[in-house]
Amino acid sequence: MCLAVPGRVLGVEERDGTRMATVDFGGVVKEVCLEYLPDLKVGEYAIVHVGFALQRLDEDSARQTLELFEHLGMLQEEFGDPWEQAAAENGSGRPSHDVAAGEVQR
Amino acid sequence: MKYIDEFQDPGLAARLVDEIHATVTRPWALMEVCGGQTHTIIRHGIDQLLPEEVELIHGPGCPVCVTPLEVIDKALEIASRPGVIFCSFGDMLRVPGTGRDLFQVRGEGGDVRVVYSPLDALRIAEQNQDREVVFFGIGFETTAPPNAMTVYQARRQRIRNFSMLVSHVRVPPAIEAIMRSPDCRVQAFLAAGHVCSVMGTGEYPELAERFRVPIVVTGFEPLDILEGVRRTVLQLERGDHTVDNAYPRAVRPEGNPAARAMLDDVFEVTDRAWRGIGVIPGSGWRLSERYRDYDAEHRFQVDGITTREPAACRSGEVLQGLLKPHECEAFGTTCTPRSPLGATMVSSEGACAAYYLYRRLDLTAQAQAPASQNRAPARPPSAETAPPTPSPSPSPSSCPSPSMEGSSVV
Repeated sequence: MCLAVPGRVLGVEERDGTRMATVDFGGVVKEVCLEYLPDLKVGEYAIVHVGFALQRLDEDSARQTLELFEHLGMLQEEFGDPWEQAAAENGSGRPSHDVAAGEVQR
Repeated sequence: MKYIDEFQDPGLAARLVDEIHATVTRPWALMEVCGGQTHTIIRHGIDQLLPEEVELIHGPGCPVCVTPLEVIDKALEIASRPGVIFCSFGDMLRVPGTGRDLFQVRGEGGDVRVVYSPLDALRIAEQNQDREVVFFGIGFETTAPPNAMTVYQARRQRIRNFSMLVSHVRVPPAIEAIMRSPDCRVQAFLAAGHVCSVMGTGEYPELAERFRVPIVVTGFEPLDILEGVRRTVLQLERGDHTVDNAYPRAVRPEGNPAARAMLDDVFEVTDRAWRGIGVIPGSGWRLSERYRDYDAEHRFQVDGITTREPAACRSGEVLQGLLKPHECEAFGTTCTPRSPLGATMVSSEGACAAYYLYRRLDLTAQAQAPASQNRAPARPPSAETAPPTPSPSPSPSSCPSPSMEGSSVV
């Protein structure tokens, strides 16, 4: 189908009685209808789908989620297999970082 | 890109994977409802990073895939008529109807146009007042508000040469149908994040309670999927079955009230046939009586359609999570994205296309490898087993940028 991606509002205007915005998606700028988020302001982020802003992106929530991920690992330290952990630490670094190779290249 | 890149961080992914490994003690079967999530999971090899106890069953949340053949055939018929400009999202072009697709209709002289937004189709109607402009309005609750707004604007601006062929679908009735199926193995759901951005989470507690399944609202980036799985497994291990929101940056409990009000005005709930699955009661939206003048099915009398599915296509079983794509005899042989037998091989959100594009076909050999190889916590796919680096595939014109490809939506 289509995509819903976060974009940052660059400007807002009324056009033919419809609230519209120019939105920046990491360098690509698109016209976006704001009728479903009329109070969205310049500088804010929104989830945009087929030319419509559908939900404000809550930047505090995003930060909190990432902080939560940073603090994960307690369980593993407590209950994980120490032999496997030692082997991983003894090996060529954290192999998990190679995930990026298959993951984010686009 | 901000709010995408951070949620693909490999270091944090490893932490989440570790945590899931440390939490799980028994086998669990989770269904991700949304095709966009299926795409992320297969593309990034997330299912291969998870403990073998955690199985991800791919759900029916690819809107292109479940649009009924009869509606596709109606679209092909309308698009073939002289005087019609037929507008659609790009991924409908290659969806097989009975014997042909929109791409072929265009080749035979039909005026078929790909648009990024339904509002683009409305603009085309304004600029071509001597032509009938029809927009193919499909999709889940995420796409329904843009389409509803477009019909509302057409009526408000009295653009009478515009109409919409509507075949919208809704997630909660599909969850109910899956849980009621006698073959059902699903023990928990990753709910579709952007559907909930619009609809909120209010429809799900009753389903979680009635079927005793955890339902975790989940986003679309790799870390979002892992966090959805982590929270789901935590509930399963504890014996809980509640609705949890693992995607709070884009989902509020109430959803988007303005969008929901527009949906209530423009659409009404109807029974809907899902391709490969059958009719699910109350699972669709059609234009309400007030907007019937803008309904392409009413404007164009399209009767006497005889539909015919290719016998070899088992997409219905794939859509219900009963069959993995590569287990189908036609997969990669008589059925490829270039010559698809079924819609699941067409859309980037279709499970078959995702497996074809990103999954190494030596998976079965890998699954039989010694368990210790698969059990090491946070062990990423090694060089031999890693999913192939995606080659830059030509992005559809509707894509704002190739880097957005991972963030699909239902």
